[in-house]
Amino acid sequence: MTTTLTPGRAPRLLSRTAVNAALLLVAAYTLMPLAWLVLAATKNRRDLFATGPYTPGRFNLLTNLGDVFTYDHGIFGRWLGNSLLYTVAGSTLSALISVACGYAFHAYEFRHKERLFGVVLAGVLVPATVLQLPLYLMASAAGAVNTYWAYLVPALVNPFGVYLARVFAEGYVPDEVLAAARVDGAGELRLFAHVSLPMLWPGFVTIFLFTFTAVWNNFYGALTMLNDERLYPVSLGLFMWNRSVYQQPELYPLVITGSLVSVVPLVLAFLGLQRFWRSGLTAGAVK
Amino acid sequence: MAPFFVLFALVTVAPVGYAAWLSLFHDQQSGLGFGGTERVFSGVGNYTKAFTDPLFLASFRHIALYCLLYIPVMVGGALVLALLLDSALARAKRFFQIALYLPHAVPGLISAVIWLYLYTPGLSPVLAALDRAGLSWNFFGRDEALLSVINISAWQWTGYNMIIFFAGLQAIPRETVEAATMDGAGALRTAFQVKVPGIRPTVVLTVLFTCVGAVQLFDAPQLLQLRATGMGESWSPTMYVFSAAFKSHDYGLAAASALLLAVVAGAASYVVTKLGNRWRSA
Repeated sequence: MTTTLTPGRAPRLLSRTAVNAALLLVAAYTLMPLAWLVLAATKNRRDLFATGPYTPGRFNLLTNLGDVFTYDHGIFGRWLGNSLLYTVAGSTLSALISVACGYAFHAYEFRHKERLFGVVLAGVLVPATVLQLPLYLMASAAGAVNTYWAYLVPALVNPFGVYLARVFAEGYVPDEVLAAARVDGAGELRLFAHVSLPMLWPGFVTIFLFTFTAVWNNFYGALTMLNDERLYPVSLGLFMWNRSVYQQPELYPLVITGSLVSVVPLVLAFLGLQRFWRSGLTAGAVK
Repeated sequence: MAPFFVLFALVTVAPVGYAAWLSLFHDQQSGLGFGGTERVFSGVGNYTKAFTDPLFLASFRHIALYCLLYIPVMVGGALVLALLLDSALARAKRFFQIALYLPHAVPGLISAVIWLYLYTPGLSPVLAALDRAGLSWNFFGRDEALLSVINISAWQWTGYNMIIFFAGLQAIPRETVEAATMDGAGALRTAFQVKVPGIRPTVVLTVLFTCVGAVQLFDAPQLLQLRATGMGESWSPTMYVFSAAFKSHDYGLAAASALLLAVVAGAASYVVTKLGNRWRSA
């Protein structure tokens, strides 16, 4: 990277190669485990240990997939369904609440507004894991442990989402539009649903994606709140399978193939929705 | 708006209060253990118990070490990568952005599972390569485990933060960079004296979020300690809270240590923000 104002051809070529080689090296590091996962999921248990990590064994992916979905009466499918339910329901509601709240912070004047917003910001910094134990005890006092609710309700609150929503509302919903709609006689609810929400749509999707990853990743919450196997999200299920893998080595291909199955939709969603998470990241970056 | 605050109160404010309340009591077996337990007020007893528990202190030592190694490597790495990507020399920028970000799309626990297998002798390509070179390494050793955990975090987060830095770099006005080049600054000098200062606030924020995340570290070490038994079940503070609550059912101690954890997290964020502000205005 030692280019000067009028670089010679050779050093420039050299540094170009160096820069791209460095990037390639890092890309290899990030992709290597995923490549391993894909390949390992195609092997049966014997090949998994007998063949080299990157040499293909007998192609056994379909059998593995079949095993994953039939083991223990197809519990894995149920876990996938649970994860989907938790994340889609949780993040839709949560994003809606966040957007409404952030919008209210933008559109209305009320007493202690900035102080309340400060409380929300402080909420961003309270570590989620700290809240988990008291939440568990409260849920158990309310008899809600081991229900969908115990896992879902805490996911609905997302202070960071509120913060982002306010930033978005300030950017997308000009005061003049609000004033004009009010003059035209639109009620406040109508105003929010028909005027502001469509304008906030990109923000909604971004917050939705944030919450989506947060809920999908919330392994600690699931571990504390749920001990009924049929309510597990997929990560907790795989964790439990993995825990028994040392006593029951036949579970190895199941854990590996199951991991692959649970990762693929996320990677696809991520590739498809790039535009949105990118804008979310940038909004977070220019605080 | 109202529903948010009702829920916010329910799942954020109330638990903090409840934890504070719980932390003042401990359960005592009555008599010979018959007739259940009763809850006894113990004041700051749980706090002193946590503070004098070597396991609890050790868990903070682990996290401190973790931060000391992980933050410079990860943030520095992300920064250098973002600068490389931002330099005129890089090719295929889109490909690299996607390739480096991809690990972040994998849920934390699943990436820990993948790496657990990549650390396992007989499965691991890394160990196989080392073996051929006549070297050996035990990812599950008592001390090596720290590095194993750091690697998992770095794998997950470097690309993510690189994208954030990269977005920040792109937002720096091109004229500023061009002016520096006109003044005869080389690419390296431009990078470190013009571009990096341009995204200082972003870097500070990243360090802050990384610290808050480090305090909560749970998934990866919890999974690794199944194999790396030397780590113990309370390797990180959150694991300590978890095992106090769900293994020894000492809710008072768990609540007290959770609150201490929150205080430490708060203090860490405060220090980072202060230092960051000084650096930002320097």
